[in-house]
Amino acid sequence: MGEQVIQTEKLTKRFGNFTAVDEISFSVSAGEIFGFLGANGAGKTTAMKMLTGLLAPTSGSATVAGFDVYRQTESIKRGIGYMSQRFSLYDDLTPRENIRFFGGIYGLGKREIAEKGERLLDSLDLTEAADTRLAALPLGWKQKLAFSVALLHEPKLVFLDEPTGGVDPLTRRRFWDMIYQTAASGVTVFVTTHYMDEAEYCDRVSIMVDGRIAALDTPEALKRNFDAADMNDVFIRLARPAKRGEA
Amino acid sequence: MKRFIAFVRKEFYHIVRDRRTAAILFGMPILQLLLFGYAIRNEISEVRTGILDYSHDVVTEALSDKLFSSGTFRYAGSLASEKEIPAAFASGKMNEVVVFEPGFAGRLQKDGVAHMQIVTDGSDPNVSRTVTGYTESVVRDYLSEQRDGSVQFAGVEVVPVMMFNPSLKSVYLFVPGLMAMLLMLVSALMTSISITREKESGTMELLLVSSLRPAQIIVGKVVPYLLLSFINVVTVVALAFFVFGVPCRGSVALLFAESLLFIMTALSLGILISTITDSQQVAMMISLAGLLLPTVLLSGFIFPISSMPVPLQVISNIIPARWYLVIVRAVMLKGAGIAELWRETLVLLAMTLFFMAASVRKFSERLQ
Amino acid sequence: MKQAVVAEGLSKSFGAVEALKAASFSVSGAELFGLIGADGAGKTTLFRILATLLLPDSGKATLLDLDTVAGYRQIRTRIGYMPGRFSLYQDLSVEENLNFFATVFGATVEENYELIRDIYAQLEPFRKRRAGQLSGGMKQKLALSCALVHRPELLLLDEPTTGVDAVSRQEFWQMLRRLKSQGITILVSTPYMDEASLCDRVAFMQDGRILAIDTPQGITKLFTKPLFAVRASDKHRLIIELRSFEHTRSAYAFGSSVHYTDRRSDAAPEELAAWLRSRGFGDATVERIAPGIEDTFMALMENGAAQSRKEEAGDG
Repeated sequence: MGEQVIQTEKLTKRFGNFTAVDEISFSVSAGEIFGFLGANGAGKTTAMKMLTGLLAPTSGSATVAGFDVYRQTESIKRGIGYMSQRFSLYDDLTPRENIRFFGGIYGLGKREIAEKGERLLDSLDLTEAADTRLAALPLGWKQKLAFSVALLHEPKLVFLDEPTGGVDPLTRRRFWDMIYQTAASGVTVFVTTHYMDEAEYCDRVSIMVDGRIAALDTPEALKRNFDAADMNDVFIRLARPAKRGEA
Repeated sequence: MKRFIAFVRKEFYHIVRDRRTAAILFGMPILQLLLFGYAIRNEISEVRTGILDYSHDVVTEALSDKLFSSGTFRYAGSLASEKEIPAAFASGKMNEVVVFEPGFAGRLQKDGVAHMQIVTDGSDPNVSRTVTGYTESVVRDYLSEQRDGSVQFAGVEVVPVMMFNPSLKSVYLFVPGLMAMLLMLVSALMTSISITREKESGTMELLLVSSLRPAQIIVGKVVPYLLLSFINVVTVVALAFFVFGVPCRGSVALLFAESLLFIMTALSLGILISTITDSQQVAMMISLAGLLLPTVLLSGFIFPISSMPVPLQVISNIIPARWYLVIVRAVMLKGAGIAELWRETLVLLAMTLFFMAASVRKFSERLQ
Repeated sequence: MKQAVVAEGLSKSFGAVEALKAASFSVSGAELFGLIGADGAGKTTLFRILATLLLPDSGKATLLDLDTVAGYRQIRTRIGYMPGRFSLYQDLSVEENLNFFATVFGATVEENYELIRDIYAQLEPFRKRRAGQLSGGMKQKLALSCALVHRPELLLLDEPTTGVDAVSRQEFWQMLRRLKSQGITILVSTPYMDEASLCDRVAFMQDGRILAIDTPQGITKLFTKPLFAVRASDKHRLIIELRSFEHTRSAYAFGSSVHYTDRRSDAAPEELAAWLRSRGFGDATVERIAPGIEDTFMALMENGAAQSRKEEAGDG
């Protein structure tokens, strides 16, 4: 394996006497598509927040894109891309305005934003709709645009939080084509999803249960080890006995 | 009825569980009153008073002594003519001049009425108002003492003149104004927000499907805020009376009844707002900009209506708080009864019915 | 009553957006009927019309033999509705929410406890907890309990499992099966294709239109072309290469394999396997498979999209 883009060692987060994330240790290498699965309430969101520099860990250590999650949170935020189903782009701005705004936030120069923006609009077939308000565009287009915008500042690592929620099966697959392309260009993709077939598309998958990583391997190995037909089976077998998952 | 009680109970849960809202609801009236009250009190700690006495008789001298012995007023010199007043104000030597008309004691005895003027520096209207009111009260005290004695005085007519900004009559203006403002805020803002919150969270869909009638939903939303607002009125009136000695010269029952009417006006406005928007944010903007600002600025609370430009005076007529202010001032300060106030009451009542009818009409049993 | 829901030509526009285009379908008594489609397919608009919360622009619908426009009052007391978002009071506890909705619907928790016992039993340890602090799966169970607490004859569930993890989703569907066995008609929408196979019948929705209605087994018969599952170690490269193959109609990732359809109706798997080996996929395997619900939906979507394009071209 090549360079480690994410590396955690006993990373832990406690809220009061509740341990949301319990000593998780894993690493993700450059260009990998890493699936981060877990039941609702297993600690996924908290772990993501620590890795993206939004939440300080209680104990343990972690580096993301080469930066320390305790001391270099600002560098982390600059060095990563982030896209979530809930927060991505502004619905009342046009694609072009969104690109200009987020390009500005990521500290790109004016000319750079203009050049990259045009290229991006072109590659997404959005040139015609570039000045239409986002709200009027189909969800699939918005999500692709959001993904591209998250990559605008050429981060080494991009976090995708349930990027395909609510999307039709065709659009979902087109979105995964983009993920594959991105990973092939050397960018690491860290993705969460509730669609278990998407777990199969990842290079490696981790499954969190009750704040711990209960399994971490390639989808093939996981299926073999748990003697399961598909990832859905693996997931249900691991997550079902969760003690606190439903609290 | 059971459904209705469940609904109201739920509303109370919402109010009590959102600590910040609860704190604002119950804390704000007290805080506002104390702020307004003490800000004004501190300002009158030293009034530099000049005397312009055209009469120089027993009564005017007794009145002057009474004034300066109260501790609030400091003697800042005597004047010979009204022409000296502007200069005294401009130099800051004085900020109040008390003028007695010639033959003050004689007129008082003969006609039963004598005139005195209280001239204040209107460049700071709040101080002026306070000072004027305070001077009046000293004069009133003096007269009532005299009445108990052997000498017969019918009355002194005090003419306050606020130089540079002529207007206004009373120190206790802020209590009625504050009541109007608080009631607008609690009733209109809070109801409109609580209804739009249900629209935003999607629970309104469930309430509609539950076959509760629109009227039941509206009344269920109104009752808790009606109670809360009423508690606020009682708190403000009680605090004003016990802490600041603001009297209620008229009937307290009438004051509360009129306040209930005004609360209803504000609540129906709040519901009306929530029928035209689905977002809490918009509801809040409309309530603040469309209701609270006019209540503060155009009702006569801060700026006297008589000194507004004519177009604004006309607009002020459609501000419910304007009528409520007239009522509260009249009841609290003048001791007026319903006989004098039926017109204003009728205006408020008509407004309430109009807003109610409009909101029930607009409150859809469906989405959109 | 044979048909619990009958919808005929329901249409609804919001400004220029046609959310629902002449949707017709019917649901029998005690049937578990699924509306499958992505966000923006028109599912929520359809649910709101059925729940009497929106008036259709044209067409009509009856629920339990009552018209959704004229008989909306009676309908409202006889159906249970779960809106698309989590629509309970977050600042009220589990118990308070349930009691509130019971009372508002003119029922009590006690009299209908039998019906919700299965579901509510899992919530009882948390009954003092605020609804806002429950996990996604638990919230959905609470919402379902609240929708059931007045013993409705018909349940309208708009995307109850969206954003919920696979374990909770599985449990949720088991609950729906049990409710159905007690004679309750259920109309449920979902964006998850794998849930379609759990329904008695499904309708595919896309762009405000109903593309097809059938049983989960029957609907896959609409997929007429031969379908192949292709496996090789580098999936991404496999998809790219497959799409460059001259006879390829479509190639999509499907779990651990790639589903491939050919332009020709008589394509042989051996030919494709040989071609793949020639492109450097030494371990490539090709096997003919029966189409699943998702394959069918995607094929119908592509047809539907082609059709809309044709219509637009015809109009213009």
